[in-house]
Amino acid sequence: MSMTFLELAAVAMLLIGMALSALRLFIGPTTPDRVVAADTLAVITTAGLAGLASLFDNPVYLDVALVYGTLAFVGTVAIARAIEGDRE
Amino acid sequence: MSMIGDIFLVIGGVVIAIGGLGLLRMPDVYNRLQAGTKTATLGAMSVLLGIGLHHPDWWAKLLVIAGFILFTNPVGSSTIARAARISGVKPWRVESKQETD
Repeated sequence: MSMTFLELAAVAMLLIGMALSALRLFIGPTTPDRVVAADTLAVITTAGLAGLASLFDNPVYLDVALVYGTLAFVGTVAIARAIEGDRE
Repeated sequence: MSMIGDIFLVIGGVVIAIGGLGLLRMPDVYNRLQAGTKTATLGAMSVLLGIGLHHPDWWAKLLVIAGFILFTNPVGSSTIARAARISGVKPWRVESKQETD
């Protein structure tokens, strides 16, 4: 559970990236902007869950990361298809 | 070995933070898509490589996660770009030329 300085810096950088993506998710003017931000946030969260596995020394978080990535991809494609169809 | 893993973790974190900055600063949906998706993919690869250097016996699951991100992220981003194009989002232009269309 102890972290070196470099690991702490990496976690801080991941949190900065997540905060900027979440800001775009909140203020995004159109719906595709929010979908892009949600997709980026999901990939960053997958990497962060793998980092959590390393931090807690418990490989079960890798399974969580894999399932989260799968569900986020399915959700992104579903929302994109819904945006695509509403002009018909 | 652990030191090299830490360096890879920091590189991945910096790339992801720059990607978030690009997602916030770019003027258009398509530019934001480029900035967000590519940097998030590269940063996630670097973070997973750093974790693999910390725990060498987890390489199988880490390889599965990395391959999954490498396969699904371009597919998702191209689907979003296609949906934005079909639903009528115009590409960004310089302000003076924008009134001609």
